[in-house]
Formats: sequence, C-alpha cells, structure tokens
Amino acid sequence: MPGGLTLNHFLVLSLIVFALGLFCVLSRRNAIGILMGVELILNSANINYLAFAFYGGGKYDGQVFSIFVIMLAAAEAVVGLAIVLAIYQDLRTIDVDATETLSG
Amino acid sequence: MENPLHVGFIHWIIVLPLIGAAINFLLGPSIQRRMGKGAIGLIGCGVVLAGFAISVWAFFQMIALDPEHRFMLDDLWTWMNIGGMKLDIAFWLDPLSMVMTLIVTGVGGVIHIYSTGYMHDEDSFWRFFGWLNLFTFSMLVLVLGDNLWLMFVGWEGVGLCSFALIGFWHKVLANTTAGNKAFIVNRVGDWAFVIALYTLFWGLSAVGHPTLVTREVAQWSHLLAGRPGYLGLPLVSFVTLLMFIGATGKSAQIPLYVWLPDAMAGPTPVSALIHAATMVTAGIYMACRLNFLFSMAPDTMLVVATIGSLTAFFAATIGVAQNDIKKVLAYSTVSQLGYMFTAVGVGAYAAGVFHLMTHAFFKACLFLGSGSVIHAMGGEQDMRKMGGLRRHMPITFWTFLAATLAICGFPPFSGFMSKDEILLQAFAHGHPLIWALTYGAAGLTAFYMFRQVYMTFFGEFRGTHEQEHHLHESPPSMSMVLVILGVLSVVGGFLMLPGFVADFKPFEHFLEPVFSSEFTRRVAEVQISHGTELAFSALAMAMAFAGWFVADLMYRREVLSPERFSSLFNGEAYRIVLNKYYIDEIYQAVIVNPYLVFCRVTAWFDANIIDGVVNLTAAIVVLLSWFTGLFDAWIVDGLVNLTSNVTLDFGARVRRLQTGSINGYLYAILAGVMFILLVRAMLRV
Repeated sequence: MPGGLTLNHFLVLSLIVFALGLFCVLSRRNAIGILMGVELILNSANINYLAFAFYGGGKYDGQVFSIFVIMLAAAEAVVGLAIVLAIYQDLRTIDVDATETLSG
Repeated sequence: MENPLHVGFIHWIIVLPLIGAAINFLLGPSIQRRMGKGAIGLIGCGVVLAGFAISVWAFFQMIALDPEHRFMLDDLWTWMNIGGMKLDIAFWLDPLSMVMTLIVTGVGGVIHIYSTGYMHDEDSFWRFFGWLNLFTFSMLVLVLGDNLWLMFVGWEGVGLCSFALIGFWHKVLANTTAGNKAFIVNRVGDWAFVIALYTLFWGLSAVGHPTLVTREVAQWSHLLAGRPGYLGLPLVSFVTLLMFIGATGKSAQIPLYVWLPDAMAGPTPVSALIHAATMVTAGIYMACRLNFLFSMAPDTMLVVATIGSLTAFFAATIGVAQNDIKKVLAYSTVSQLGYMFTAVGVGAYAAGVFHLMTHAFFKACLFLGSGSVIHAMGGEQDMRKMGGLRRHMPITFWTFLAATLAICGFPPFSGFMSKDEILLQAFAHGHPLIWALTYGAAGLTAFYMFRQVYMTFFGEFRGTHEQEHHLHESPPSMSMVLVILGVLSVVGGFLMLPGFVADFKPFEHFLEPVFSSEFTRRVAEVQISHGTELAFSALAMAMAFAGWFVADLMYRREVLSPERFSSLFNGEAYRIVLNKYYIDEIYQAVIVNPYLVFCRVTAWFDANIIDGVVNLTAAIVVLLSWFTGLFDAWIVDGLVNLTSNVTLDFGARVRRLQTGSINGYLYAILAGVMFILLVRAMLRV
C-alpha cells in the first residue's frame, strides 16, 4: 500500500470525522449546523465503507453502498432544509431550542 | 286497414298543445308579468289552432286517399313490451279519430280564443291556459292513441284536467268540492274501464292474439264470439258492459251523471269545452271506436240504449225546473249525451257521432252564450234575475237563439238532422219504448230551452239597477266565437241530410270504413222507407213545436202560469224535480254517509285498538331499555372509563419525557448508545 497506509489509518480518520460530526450535532443550536454535523457522520460511515471495501478484498459493494449513502444524504438534506425553512417561516428563527412546540 | 300510410306529422297535433302547456306552466308567471296576458293567450290559442291547421291538412290528405285505405299511422317508439303485448307510443288517424280531432282542435281552438276575453280579469291567466292546453293534449291522446292503454292515458288525463279546471277558482270551497266529486265519480267508471281492458287482453291472449292495439283488436275480436266470461255473461258482453260503466262515468249517464251538473262550478269556457263539447263525449267515442265489440254483444247494446234513453228523458225533466242558466245547460248536456248513447245502443253509430259533432257546435255555442250573459251580468247566474237581455246583447241573443233552434231540432238547423236520425234509428231498430222516451225528451228539450231563452232574453229586466247599468255586449274575442259556433250550429247538419230530402250523407260515408266490421254491419242493417222517415220527422217537429208553444205560453205571453203546473200534487212533483229527484241526497245517504261512518269506525279502531297495541309494545320496550340502560351506564361504561382513566394517567406522567428540545433527544440517543456499548463490553468480559 503506498505510503504504508493501513486499514487502521482510515478507521481512525473515520472515527475523528464521526466524533467531529457528533460534537457538531450535539453542540449546535442552529438547525443548519446540526444538518451539517449529520453530513459529517454520514461521510465517516462512507470512509468506513470504502476502507473495508478496499482492504477487505471485496468487489464493489462498498462503493455502491457509499453512493447510496451520498444519495440518501442529499435526500435528507432536502427534507431537512425544507423543514428548517418551514420552521423559519413559522417562528422567524432556526434556533432548535426555540422549537419546543412538540414538547409534551 | 292492413297497410297503414306511415306519416310523421300526427304527433305534432298532440305535441303542440303539450308544448303550450309546458310553456304556460313553467314560464307562464314571468311571461305574464313581462309581456302581459296577450302573450299567454297567443301561446295558448296558437298551439291549438296550429294543431287545427295540421288536422285540416291531414283531413284533405285523407280524403284524397281511397276510402278503404283512409288510415294514417305515426309510430314514435315502443312503449312497453311485456309478455307478448307490444304497445307503441303511436297515433293514428282514421275517419273516426279524424272527426274527433277536428272537433277537439277546432271547437277547442275557438273556445281558447273566447277564453282570452272571458278570463281577462283573472290573475292566474297562465294557469288557466296551461290547464286548457294540457286538456287539449290529453283529449288528443285519448282520440289518437292507437292502442287502448294510450287511450286510457288520455282518458285519465282529461279527468285530471277536468278536476283542476272545475276547481279553478279554488278559493271557494264549493268549487273544489265539485272538482273532487267529478274526479271521484269518474274514478268509479275508470275502475270498470281498467277491468274491461284487462279482461279483453286476457280473452284475446286465450285465443292466441295478446294485443290491445285497437286495429288488431278489431281484427281478432271475432274470435271472442261465444267465449264465456264472468258472472254468467259471455266474455264480450262482460267486457263491453264494464266499458259502458266507464263511459257512464266519463259521459255522465245514469247512474254516474251526478258530477256533471256540479262541474258547472268551473269557468264557463271550461263548461263549454270539457263538459259539453269534448271530454264528456269520450265515452261515446270509445263505444264507437270499439263498435265491433259492442255489436257482438246484443245484451250490452240493449243496456246502452236503455240507459241512454232513460238518461235523455230523466235529465230533461230535471232541466225543466232549474233556474241557474248553466245548470239547465248541464242537464241538457246529460240529456243529449243520452241521445248519443241511444244511437250507439241501437247500432246507429254514425248517427251518434254525427250528433256528437252537431252537439259540440250548438252546446258550445249555448254555453259560451250563457258565459257572455254571465259576463254581462257581473257573475249572476240566476235566470230569475235576468230578462230583456236581447236589447243589450244582440249578437249573444241571435247566436243563442240559433243554437237553441238547433238543439230543439227545428229544421233546417243541425239538431234536426242529427237528433231525428237517432229517433228514427231507434224506432227502425225495433225499440219503440226507447223511441218514446227520447221522443218525450225532445219535447222537454224544446220546452226548457225556450224557457231559458224567454227568461233570459225576453220580458223586463229583473236584476238590480247596477246590473242593468253594467249590461253590455261582450268583446269581439267572445262575440266572434259565438258567431262562428252559431253558424256551425245552423249549417253543421247539412253533412247528413234526411233521405227524403236528398240522398246526401257524406258524413256517414266518410265514417263507413270504421263501422264496417261484420257484426256492426249486421246490427246496423235496417230498411227505412222515405215515407216513414218523413212521418217521423213530422212527428219530431210537432213535438219540438209543442215544447216551444208551451214555453211561449208560459214565459213570453204569460197566459199560462207555471205555478199551475208546479202546484200539481200539492207541489210535490215540482219540488222533487227542482231538487233533481233528490239523487244527490240519496247518494249522500246511501253511499257517502255510510262510507264516512265506516271511515270513522276504522279511524276509531285505528286510534284506539291499533294504536293501543303499538303503545303497549312501546311501553314494554321502554321498560326493558331502562334495565339495559342501567347495565350500560354502570358496567360497560365503567370498564370503558377505567381503561381511559388509566391511559390518561399514564400519559400525563410520561409526557414530561417529551421535552421538544432536539439536543436533549440527541444526548439521550448518545447516552443510550453508550450504555449499550458498555453493556456489551462488560458482557464480553
């Protein structure tokens, strides 16, 4: 493998991206920020897919799955942003702490 | 008859009045408001007169045909097709229906015109013309329908329109009661007519020809000869007797004539059109239409002639004592219809139809003349308050006189030709008693008609000053119609001259194909010498003069006091006649009152016994319901409430978890994942 990269390097990268994403999701109060965090989490999963596919000797399963995930992320962004827009039109804010109308 | 000429115009004669009725009923109020009564009158008269124009055109087409083939058919669509009976909505013109159509649209048309003048002050002008048009439509369906059910549709339709028009001024209770009476009495006859149709169809089915199409019935009815019917009568006698009962209702014969005098409650044009010229002749038309059946049943023929002549005489005697100008004419109509049935009963169908036509002319003229008088008198109908009107309304007087001379049978007026023909035929067919009755009735007719003329138009005016001041000749729309009908009353008889004058009978020859069945020819066959005919004409004229002479002595010269006759038998005879033999009272006592008592008994039974049972059941059910209600309220509802309470309580506690804060949820997820991983790690160790 060029540069002596191993599977573990990719897994650590993936873990870092996941942790950053999770942190983003948990710490942001801006809804769009949360959506961006979700994108990071999804992409860390993509890195895992590709890494396992490359080192696991599999065929193209990983690539195919990662394309599905990208597509899913796009769809999720569409729906998520639409919800955010709707929330903004109703409440004039996208601060998720303010959106407590579903509170029990 | 086998090859009808298919034409496409006959239904227009019928559809036009229907369109007129539809326009008047649906759009009438707004047309009247926006364009005035003239527009309504134009529509109402226009459709009927257009129908008359088509009829005249059809008549000329018909006489251009060979006499054996004078038969036009307008087949529109199949009406019903049940169990071998195929009936079409189809209209036919043969010589008989041709004559009737010309009378209905022609006389009907001029009466429509008259109505525009007579009803001019009426608010619901449109309603009057709507019903009048609908009547014309129904009558034409009756006349032109090519099968007996279609005829029955018209038969019922004219009854309905008659009912509505008798009660046209419906704010007076007596008028609506008269309408009800006409309708209910007619229903009695209709019931018999319907049974006759069913039985006839049953009989024809049994011989393999299930049909009620009139021309097919004519073709196959000879197969019914000798077949047994019900009540020990031959089938044909049974059917024709029931049909005759139907005719006694529609055409006001004994015992169902009682509605016609009361029908005079309607506006006078209605009396002229429906209750003199057209609808009441439906029974005669039906009998003539089915002459092949009636001719096969000599017993029915005898009944018809007997009832007819009795009615002619009996109604004439009532007419003698009436003081209401329209009531006299009403009884006169009943009497004249009796003549027509006499003609049918002795087998002189053509003479009956001929009298039907001349009667339509002169009786319409008389009724419209009386309407003109009533119009001038401001609604007064009592002849005792009239008198001397000939100076004020000459046109009405002269036309009324012409029609009177016609109905009395003075030569050469139309009644002379038609009535004398019936009298002669009655005698020639070997019914001297029937001849005697109708002969006596002729004298009474002359008496009461001239009594009416003298009381109304001669002597001094006996009404109030206001009325005298108001007297005037009617507007041209009315008086011109009187002139037309007056002229027809004079000349209408020339279509069938007595044999001793000239051998000129185009009317009878025209109708010959209709009355050409084997049986009809057999009953009609009779030899009359010109000498006999002349002698009978002289006798009838003598009788008419006698009637006129007595009326003249009593009411014009006043040398013979009517009281001398009215006080005979202590005045009992006069009182009985004046009260119409108490027939209405007898009907009231024998039929109406027992029926009302029966109704009251059943109503009591219903209110007390039936309702009692129902109420008891209801009470039991209420009690049971109360018990089940208790169970429901405590046990069932208790369980349900318990469930819901538990759920509510649980929900109230759990809802606090749902904070709505997204971050909170995410932390919870993270904590959950961590927890799961931790557990797994510990379990592996």
